[in-house]
Amino acid sequence: MSQQTINFTLNGVPTRVSVPVQMSALEMIRNVAGLTGTKYGCGEGECGACTIILDGVSLNSCLLFAVECDGRQVTTIEGLAADPVGLRIEKAFVEAGAVQCGFCTPGMVMQARQLLEQNPHPSREEIQRGIEGNLCRCTGYVKIIDAIEAASKE
Amino acid sequence: MPETIQKDSLIGKRITKLDAPEKAGGKTRYIQDLDVQGQLYGKILRSTRVHAKIKSIDTSAAKALSGVHAVITAADVPWQRPIGVAKDHFPLKTDRVRSLRDEIAAVAAESEAIAEAALKLIKVEYEDLPVLSDPNDSLKPGAPLIHPEPHGASAKHDHLKQAQGIAYAGKPDNIAMTFDYQQGDVAAGERESDVVFEDTFHLHYVTHCCMGVSGIIAEFDSSGNLLMYSNTQVPFLHKREFAEILNMDPARIRIIQPPIGGGFGSKLDIYPFEPITVFLAKASGRPVKLVFTREEEFLASPTRQPVILTLRSGCKKDGTLTFRTVNTLHDNGAYTSWGATTPFVMMQTISSLYRVPHCLYHTKAVYTNNPYAGSFRGYGNLQATFAVEQHMDMMAEAVGMDPLAFRLKNAQDAGEVTPQGMHFKSCGLKECLTTAAEASGFLAKTKANAAERGKPGRFKRGIGIASMLHVGGGAKIYPSDGCGTILKMDDFGSVTLITGASEIGQGSETVLAQLVCEELGLPMSAVRVVNNDTEITPWDVGVHASRTTFIAGNSAIGAARKARGKILAAAGKMADLNPDELDLRGSHIVETKSGKVVMTLAKLLRQLHFSDKAELVMTSFYYEPPSKHQDKHFKGDVSAAYAWATQVVEVEVDTDTGIVRLLKVTGAHDVGRILNRLGLEGQIEGGIVMGQGYALTEELMVENGVVRNPGFRDYKLVTAPEIPEMDVRFIETMDGEGPQGAKGVGEAPAICIAAATANAIENATGVRIMALPFTPEKVYRALHAARKEAA
Repeated sequence: MSQQTINFTLNGVPTRVSVPVQMSALEMIRNVAGLTGTKYGCGEGECGACTIILDGVSLNSCLLFAVECDGRQVTTIEGLAADPVGLRIEKAFVEAGAVQCGFCTPGMVMQARQLLEQNPHPSREEIQRGIEGNLCRCTGYVKIIDAIEAASKE
Repeated sequence: MPETIQKDSLIGKRITKLDAPEKAGGKTRYIQDLDVQGQLYGKILRSTRVHAKIKSIDTSAAKALSGVHAVITAADVPWQRPIGVAKDHFPLKTDRVRSLRDEIAAVAAESEAIAEAALKLIKVEYEDLPVLSDPNDSLKPGAPLIHPEPHGASAKHDHLKQAQGIAYAGKPDNIAMTFDYQQGDVAAGERESDVVFEDTFHLHYVTHCCMGVSGIIAEFDSSGNLLMYSNTQVPFLHKREFAEILNMDPARIRIIQPPIGGGFGSKLDIYPFEPITVFLAKASGRPVKLVFTREEEFLASPTRQPVILTLRSGCKKDGTLTFRTVNTLHDNGAYTSWGATTPFVMMQTISSLYRVPHCLYHTKAVYTNNPYAGSFRGYGNLQATFAVEQHMDMMAEAVGMDPLAFRLKNAQDAGEVTPQGMHFKSCGLKECLTTAAEASGFLAKTKANAAERGKPGRFKRGIGIASMLHVGGGAKIYPSDGCGTILKMDDFGSVTLITGASEIGQGSETVLAQLVCEELGLPMSAVRVVNNDTEITPWDVGVHASRTTFIAGNSAIGAARKARGKILAAAGKMADLNPDELDLRGSHIVETKSGKVVMTLAKLLRQLHFSDKAELVMTSFYYEPPSKHQDKHFKGDVSAAYAWATQVVEVEVDTDTGIVRLLKVTGAHDVGRILNRLGLEGQIEGGIVMGQGYALTEELMVENGVVRNPGFRDYKLVTAPEIPEMDVRFIETMDGEGPQGAKGVGEAPAICIAAATANAIENATGVRIMALPFTPEKVYRALHAARKEAA
């Protein structure tokens, strides 16, 4: 199994890791960097629980090779602790009752962060479209949409 | 210190979840996120055949692989005991595999990659057996048997020969369970009927799709005590069952539940992966962690019961219901879960959702080689309601009544005791019906839509109504339906609530804390909840049957009231005031009438702690709610309270493509009383969308025992853009036994949606479809078959 050393910025911190070339970014974030806020939900890009932001673009980290992070900026849910908009979204999720089992929540928050970056004042319909790739089994999405709307209005 | 504090209440407020900030910040550690020093990784080898004899298993190459610590098969654990309610299921299969998910061997290795590589080195020889994939075939004379004989080597062990269970005794037919219930005389009922319908309804396979996949960590300490980090919904019952399976003393088993990534009933049973992980921990002498892949989750977790239900029902010209005869065939799959007892719930809907004098109900749950069905939110009620509520519409139309008036005529009232023995001490069904109908404009829209049916136009609108009855005050299915609480007060005015109730995301810890704060006049920030460790928490029968708020809530209130009495008595003594005239508000002791502050709670507690009679640990056990076990005829008042709801669904049907869109759901729920409005709304909204998936998009496709769509790409969950507009109203019937008047609501919202959607499609198109799900193809075929017939 061939290894490769990569250098990238993880939540603002310069990071250097050696990873097997076939390892996904999700595995690297969870098992090598030890940040477990990014969740494994399906491993095939269908559920959005592993959403991260790479160079300003949200994507499913399960579909990305770890080595593709080389030289790039990676933000995970843990990185939002230093991001006022991210914190605002998290707070809105709490206040709107958008969290039940919470397993989809970090991915939803990351996707919401991306959405508000691209469209700071989305309509409800735009929010629904914006989180279409993120599955939630508990909430029926209503309160997640409420939360993102509230965060966009603050 | 304020001078006065007026009475305030937390009940009915929007209380944010205590665990939400951690979850929103990605800091919550689920089973997937936990690691134990020195842990190995477990993986399971599953059958590649649907039904076959195991001729041989060769694990030698896997054992020789570097980094592999243990490779086990049934031969390595001859002492394993069968799991499940019928004891028909050895965790590791002995002589044969009965479904594609069956566990043959397991590996513990230093990494998941090594464990996977080791699985590939295990060689299994099979001898294929004929496959039963249709429950009707399982009943045919001469059908192959799924459990023909004791399950191989383990059963030969002398010490087990006496044990009960199908794994030891075999089963001479394919019938896993039967349920027969009777009230009155259906033949007499039919003679009185002016209208009779008989139809067969087909209910499909769906699965839970918890966002967090299954997982467990098991480890033994040097004294042989077993610690499991487990996602179970029923930790105390599992302690006992694990002890049985593992032939261990239950006292040596400790279960810690990390936060759970979704339950919905899926974690009510023990599944083979759990004891297998324990076997691996034992064999390797190391902690072992085993977590499913999503594909494994689809293949090897339970499903909702697929049901073929034939319903014959009748009514008089004036709309009075006369009888119902029901025959159902449940596809049990290859093994028996607790979920096989769903007929307990189904027969309640059939006998008691509306007043029916005569009922006959027969269920057979039969073995097949399909995935085995488990328990799933609503527990049979979605299936029963789907049939009953379609017939209600059909009979209403036949006697010329509108669907609402027909239901109101037969609806239950408070005070009623049904022939099945259910006593409705509070009952908001009629109010649910009228509220949902009025809020949605049901009657006017029904007429308007029906008038549009025959006219040209591709898109047709429809509106449909359905109601439900479900247990809302626990369910007495075990010897007790209890839950314990320990309440500990510190000397700063905070409390620790230690409850037996499990949190699975539904918000139980928040509502329990809220009930305690309400009694003690505390802000939510003053409570910590401990609810996940069998060594610490008091006993409980688990999170199921929508029971937690009701049962654990009453238990928590009991402990809080003891604390309140103690505090007020001490305060009265200290301040020389009558304790009966004191109250707890805003962390202070106040005079009830004036609100005048007497002292801070913290000060009082500090003084009590330094006295010799503090005893500031309160216990309470809500052991026996006023409910009864059913007798052997399935009669009895099994719940201390019953929940009711009506949901009105509006759809748009694209008659060219068969696509059905859910436009709006108007719900009216008898919840007893609103406790946490935010949590309650969340439960209802989530349940509605789960019901939408059941009605429209979800189907686990099983062909000849093979799951064809084990992934989210092909198993279609509802996504955010597809949800309907929701208008949810709450009916507060203030149940006399409920905590602050509340009743359980967890399962209710998922139950009616499919039935109401069926009625709405009929209203839109004139075509009634009696099989789920309403996929575009099925709807298209039904519409075109009807058109052909008309032509």
